[in-house]
Amino acid sequence: MEFLRPASWEEALAAKAEHPSAVPIAGGTDVMVEINFDHRRPTHLMDLNRVHELHEWEIGDETVRLGASVPYSKIIDELAHELPGLALASHTVGSPQIRNRGSVGGNLGAASPAGDSHPALLAAGAEVEAESVRGTRFIPVEDFYTGVKRNALAEDELIKRVHIKKADGPQQFSKVGTRNAMVIAVCAFGIALHPETRTVRAGIGSAAPTPLRARTAEDFLGAALEEGGLWDSGRTIPPSVAREFAELCSGACNPIDDVRGSAAYRRRAVGVMARRTLGWVWESYRATGNGRTTEGGAQCA
Amino acid sequence: MRVTFTVNGRRHEADDVWEGESLLYVLRERMGLPGSKNACEQGECGSCTVRLDGEPVCACLVAAGQVEGREVVTVEGLAEYARERDGSEGRGSTGDLAPVQQAFIDAGAVQCGFCTPGLLVAADELIERNPQPTDADIREALSGNLCRCTGYEKIMDAVRLAAARADDSAPEVV
Repeated sequence: MEFLRPASWEEALAAKAEHPSAVPIAGGTDVMVEINFDHRRPTHLMDLNRVHELHEWEIGDETVRLGASVPYSKIIDELAHELPGLALASHTVGSPQIRNRGSVGGNLGAASPAGDSHPALLAAGAEVEAESVRGTRFIPVEDFYTGVKRNALAEDELIKRVHIKKADGPQQFSKVGTRNAMVIAVCAFGIALHPETRTVRAGIGSAAPTPLRARTAEDFLGAALEEGGLWDSGRTIPPSVAREFAELCSGACNPIDDVRGSAAYRRRAVGVMARRTLGWVWESYRATGNGRTTEGGAQCA
Repeated sequence: MRVTFTVNGRRHEADDVWEGESLLYVLRERMGLPGSKNACEQGECGSCTVRLDGEPVCACLVAAGQVEGREVVTVEGLAEYARERDGSEGRGSTGDLAPVQQAFIDAGAVQCGFCTPGLLVAADELIERNPQPTDADIREALSGNLCRCTGYEKIMDAVRLAAARADDSAPEVV
């Protein structure tokens, strides 16, 4: 094994072009587990910790440009206002030690269906900035996940940033597991209200081969809110609408039975999380007119 | 490969480090610092918690090569680290122990002792960052450290005690 230590982004891209099988390592919270357990013996390990751009973020008018290696602890402390859903999801990652090292770039690189940031990225709307010596691509996050632990990156590409839409309304995240810390999601759910476009987006994690959006449920809810004039009136969402939304979210799942839970349980739990988180975001929306949630505190489902 | 970094204020060098080796392995097997414990090797148990440039991390998940030129504090250096931070007038420190170490002894929060080094590093960082933590703060800060025998209640007592001793204005409660 060779250890590559690029000092700059350009050096990292050149190294990846020269050694396409090089495994990038930033926080190490996935890669080191695989190495420690002898599940992986890459020819090259490429340390990205010295590439300072990857640890930076920028808050623009429309989006937050989040460096691939920005650790979850920074997202929780610094970006809960702009990215409330992602901050909530970040808070459920591992433990403080893991949150100090793990990052959204790593979550995307690993592309595990159980990655905690995926449902929040899908709900908020995000693009992955992938770069190689050949150039830069912006990949919508829903197109980034291509299979179980597979993503759309070419072998010479690295993730530089994730461009995440700033919240224009309340967002929520919910995750099922056996305790509050150190839990791989049995399943997870992210929801974002977008009052500016009068749309709702919902992301599902760990209930299909890839993280995915519940598009039929999104469309149904968007139409129901529009027809009922609920965006303007701020009235309570009729229980029948919430129920139908939950069922459509369950229906979007394509889960498996595994050690963490059965397919049937996952499908049911996603529906429950969909209904509850919809209630929470709608309450925030009603409470403030366009109720943007800024708090990162965990809410008990 | 050769890796050079600062451990507990002193520059250390390790030779013939395998490229896939963890910081934990280097500390324990090459630098003679077995305080950080090796258990799960997957970031679940927190027994290997050290400070890397000030931040608590699992040493088993840091590749040795990533630590080149950086600063690590392990449980072996905790007393000195606390002394430099708190000054000699820092309350609750006795002899060679950091205040948080003394509090763990006084509260009976050490049984087999395996999880203790990781808990000490995590608890010391919590009190440094948040001198008057609530019980919820303590539980969250220690949520990545597993203990299978002492019991978390004694550990909670110890952290409350260390925080109370560090806070001059607070009355001491055991």
